[in-house]
Amino acid sequence: MQTTRYEAPGTIADALAVIAANPGAMVLAGGTDLLVQYQAGMRTPSAFVDVKRIPELMQIASGADSVTIGAAVPAVEICANPTIQAWWPGLVEGVHLIGSTQIQGRSSIGGNLCNASPAADSVCSLIAGQGVAVIAGPKGEREVPVEQFAVAPGRSVLGRDELLVAVRLPKPAPHTGDAYQRLIPRSEMDIAVASAAVSVTLDATGVCVAARVAIGAVAPTARLVPDAAAALVGSRLEASALQQAAAAASAAAQPIDDKRGTVAYRRQVVGVLTRRVALVAAARAKDR
Amino acid sequence: MSKLHIETVVNGEPAEFLCSPDETLLSAIRNDLGLTGTKEGCGTGDCGACSVIFNGHLVASCLVLAAEAQGRSLTTIEGVASGTTLHPLQKAFLQEAALQCGVCTPGFIVAARALLDVNPDPDEGQVRYWLAGNLCRCTGYDKIVRAVLGAAAEMRSARV
Repeated sequence: MQTTRYEAPGTIADALAVIAANPGAMVLAGGTDLLVQYQAGMRTPSAFVDVKRIPELMQIASGADSVTIGAAVPAVEICANPTIQAWWPGLVEGVHLIGSTQIQGRSSIGGNLCNASPAADSVCSLIAGQGVAVIAGPKGEREVPVEQFAVAPGRSVLGRDELLVAVRLPKPAPHTGDAYQRLIPRSEMDIAVASAAVSVTLDATGVCVAARVAIGAVAPTARLVPDAAAALVGSRLEASALQQAAAAASAAAQPIDDKRGTVAYRRQVVGVLTRRVALVAAARAKDR
Repeated sequence: MSKLHIETVVNGEPAEFLCSPDETLLSAIRNDLGLTGTKEGCGTGDCGACSVIFNGHLVASCLVLAAEAQGRSLTTIEGVASGTTLHPLQKAFLQEAALQCGVCTPGFIVAARALLDVNPDPDEGQVRYWLAGNLCRCTGYDKIVRAVLGAAAEMRSARV
């Protein structure tokens, strides 16, 4: 049997060194994906690199213009953070849907991104909020927009020698609101059949001046849909604009048939969700 | 495989054990510390039978590595009662007969205690959502929910 080691570096530099020295090492954040995959024999890391002793990965840092969420901060702490609740209620909606209360005690947005499931519940809201992944590597730090982080199911832009440190979200403009919804066939504890997050910014008269639409579980990765956003901008989110946005979201979907839903069903539902979520986001924008 | 020496705090008392690098916290709790109240159900984080409070958060101990406990603290079902005095949740589970086979019960009580720590006055929906990660194949949940709501009410009245 292969020997697996456990390492718990206390700094980003030490973590990068451990990763570099151990080909086959895997980063352990909340472990809610990795340890399940390990027990099932799907992953056989040469070392678990526990990154939860690294301050940058475990803190939520609020700046004047942005909030930086450490990649390994557990969901329960994200959902309880007053700034995140106020600025990105749609992110809280997504993060709060990741598994059970027990899973929430461990699961992280870093894990959600690196596991790279197209149905990851936190990712659409991070995309809608213009999140940027902060990545440390041997050559220094680089930044990747969240919508470019995953490249295929289970695969991301992260190099073998790199570490996802945090996701930074710029402070929303005044009168900006976001929202996230997914469809599952039961009330709790399931994987999205389709999902959508929308962020809209309104002017003082209620006209949409900026929007971001992201869809999940309907393509190999979560997707930013600029056409859907363009349909909302300049409108007051009246029925015709919402219909256009929904059609754009459906058109951008490239779903698969599986036990959770068919291609046609997912395509239809992602449009419906986009329309509904845009209205929730707009209502929140009016209140901010 | 060389063993790791872990020093931690369990139910308020210092504790230490040796573990393999890939051993789960659940295994360390049961096999190394001898605290067998925490149960293994699925081993994949779906059933909640192995619930413990780790680092202040409710977690499934089957999805935590034992080595992670170094310098941290955890509370298991054995830490819920005060000596021989049962916790109001434990009394309420008995009162309401909120268990049959009992394998899920320690996980339910640990999880319910974590809920009442953050929300002393939950409504039925909040109890059901909070406990959605705890599976019970015997009771149909109603008695469990009633027990949690009853214990919460009793704890609130004891406080005033």
